[in-house]
Amino acid sequence: MSAGFVLDAVVAALLVAVATGAIAARTAFAAVVAFVAYGLVLALAWVRLAAVDVALTEAAVGALTGVLLLAAAARLRPSEAAAESELPSAGLRAAAALLCAVVAAGLAAVVLAAAEPAPTLAPLAAQQLPATDLGNPVTAALLAWRAIDTLLEKVVLLAGLLGVWSLAPDRLWGGRPGAALRARGAAPRDGALGLLARLLPPIGIVVGVYLVWTAADHPGGAFQGSTILAAMWVLARMAGFVDAPAVSDRRLRAALVAGPLAFFAVGLLGFAWADGFLAYPDGWAKPLIVAIEVPMTISVAATLALLLAGPPARGPESRG
Amino acid sequence: MSAATLYGLCAALLAALGLYGFVVQPHPLRKIVAFNVFGGGVFVVFGVAARRGAAAGFAADPVPHAMVITGIVVAFVSTALAVALLLRLHAETGRASLRLDEPGADERGDGA
Repeated sequence: MSAGFVLDAVVAALLVAVATGAIAARTAFAAVVAFVAYGLVLALAWVRLAAVDVALTEAAVGALTGVLLLAAAARLRPSEAAAESELPSAGLRAAAALLCAVVAAGLAAVVLAAAEPAPTLAPLAAQQLPATDLGNPVTAALLAWRAIDTLLEKVVLLAGLLGVWSLAPDRLWGGRPGAALRARGAAPRDGALGLLARLLPPIGIVVGVYLVWTAADHPGGAFQGSTILAAMWVLARMAGFVDAPAVSDRRLRAALVAGPLAFFAVGLLGFAWADGFLAYPDGWAKPLIVAIEVPMTISVAATLALLLAGPPARGPESRG
Repeated sequence: MSAATLYGLCAALLAALGLYGFVVQPHPLRKIVAFNVFGGGVFVVFGVAARRGAAAGFAADPVPHAMVITGIVVAFVSTALAVALLLRLHAETGRASLRLDEPGADERGDGA
């Protein structure tokens, strides 16, 4: 048994342990804390599965999901006791456990009886990679071969944000998300949060931009980079250094749609200069991909940050 | 047993744990957490398929990786939307429950 396999066994055992914690914890807060740990261990598992790009995404998105869920758990704490009385009966729980055991057995059977040799697109990817001028096949898959998936994913991001915004009551439409800045007086500016919010963003912004730029040839990506940029903004906002923009702000709206619009524009131009929608002309793939990725990074970072901020909670008139 | 198989079996367990929590936990926030645990397990099953597809000098098939990245993003958006819906429900009713009460149930009072 090699050292690598022992490490894999430890990671797998940890995954099951923290997942159990996220499901069975006594309070929602404890469950969310276990879930954040689950995201981190999952990122380790992705590295062990030779998927560094996915690991970066999991780690970055896991942090954002953690912030979102922790804030919700704090807001919903008073409602937890009432929910406990709605726990299904022991019989129903046993039936659910049986159903889940069947699902686990089915998935395990799929894993154990997988086709041999395993189906793969890797040789095709290796053959097509030089045509894109990229060194990272995952970036090539995201922005060239499966660009339509990535384009639609950005549209889903915007649709999700519209969904969140539409939950605002009518009178608050056009206002700013979240509570008013607390840091007018002696708020956390001077505490540990204030220190972190001063220290981390310069580093985080460099790391975020680096991840976008390096993704052409190394693990990274526009999405992973924008997640880190969004996290930096969230940190500064939590410490009270910046306020969320009003959702009716035209510059904000422009930043949100710039990425998808650039993506659509390049895609449509594919009809004129190449074989069709989202096709790149020979030798132009890399510059066009960069032209898509830069506005996309801005749009995705803004969308993620505003998804975390939630629907407008202060009216457009209030300055508070 | 190969590492990929080990992670595959682990992922099957994770998916089952998540599904169980989604069905059994009554609090909607716990359901959202459980659904994300479930999703993580499903993604790893796909990641195992990608790892087994190592060929042509790549340690894993890159195309499933790109699709999992897209999946993680969509899962985050869905989670954010679900949390926003839940917080609005809580703001409107003062409760966080998915139970379909008959009209007038609030007047009877159920401990909220």
